[in-house]
Amino acid sequence: MSKANLLDRRAVVSQLLKDRKGAIAVGGLGASTYDIAAAGDHDRNFYLWGGMGGAVMIGLGLALAQPTLPVVVITGDGEMLMGMGSLATVGLQQPKNLSIIVLDNEAYGETGGQASHTGATADLVGVAKACGIKDTRNITTMAEIEAFASSLQDVTAGPRFANAKIDGANLERVLSSRDGTYIVNRMRGSLGHTPI
Amino acid sequence: MHARAETGASWPEEIFSILQRFEVRQVPYVPDAGHSQLIERVLGEPSMRGIALTTEEEGVALLAGAWAGGQRGALLMQSSGVGNCINMLSLVQIFRLPFFTLVTMRGEWGEFNPWQVPMGSSTQAVFELSGIKVLRASHPEEVREVVEAGASQAYNACTPTAVLLSQRLIGAKVFTK
Repeated sequence: MSKANLLDRRAVVSQLLKDRKGAIAVGGLGASTYDIAAAGDHDRNFYLWGGMGGAVMIGLGLALAQPTLPVVVITGDGEMLMGMGSLATVGLQQPKNLSIIVLDNEAYGETGGQASHTGATADLVGVAKACGIKDTRNITTMAEIEAFASSLQDVTAGPRFANAKIDGANLERVLSSRDGTYIVNRMRGSLGHTPI
Repeated sequence: MHARAETGASWPEEIFSILQRFEVRQVPYVPDAGHSQLIERVLGEPSMRGIALTTEEEGVALLAGAWAGGQRGALLMQSSGVGNCINMLSLVQIFRLPFFTLVTMRGEWGEFNPWQVPMGSSTQAVFELSGIKVLRASHPEEVREVVEAGASQAYNACTPTAVLLSQRLIGAKVFTK
């Protein structure tokens, strides 16, 4: 499954979150959530274990509620394909503080590695661009990841979308909490909101 | 049975006032004629963000993000959209969201279009199977009371609630050649 010159997903996510400051990170279900957990637990990590296709919209709701904080959605190609309409919704809303990055292994890694549309015909950067997201990029190097990590701190120039081709090797799972009420209330607490 | 009134009813204004009073900030919607007056009011109100969706399930996920970020929201849709939400409604239970939705009903009370009937007939059951309480308003004079009760239990008691606005209330859509 491994190919040469593809990025290591754990290194990518670790770089994205290394100097995150107050940034909120939303992880799409499956490997993206494990990658965020592997980079280190954080009050502002929003781990998903389901709701496939919803990661970008959760990011949008957070971004509109917290316009001064960077919000980054880190998800997989399969999850993004299921929520492709949400890119049109983001294009319409133009949230300046929202960044989306797809870790694209061209496969459904969690279910046995079946091929996804991105390995053959679907171009997610093209979709994002056509939906009105102006800052879009294909990423193939760690230097470009570094540049994306620093740009996502700019909450005046989004929304932005990146697609990073990553190595499809299945890595050891790093399990985050899967208790939704804990995850959401921890996030709210870190933003100064008390329980009801 | 009466024809659908496109403008002029006072109950959409009452719903808008209730959303304002409960400090609702994000209002995702898929347009429906029955919600058109309310959507216009939301889009004209600086304290609210009306968010057009491509499909209703986007709205469920958006409200989860809004709540995590400290804002209340309300999802506006028609009954056919409820079926589009089913898997995403998992988030409502998982995050214990103060989920609140206002659903204009089709497929009942003098319906002309048979394609609206299957989903309209299962709307209430879908919500209940998904752990969401259902209230219904069928007459203009009860809208305020029902929506207020729904918003109150959703936001104050974190009890996910859908208010169905009957086709009897909004009027059956008239199809003319």
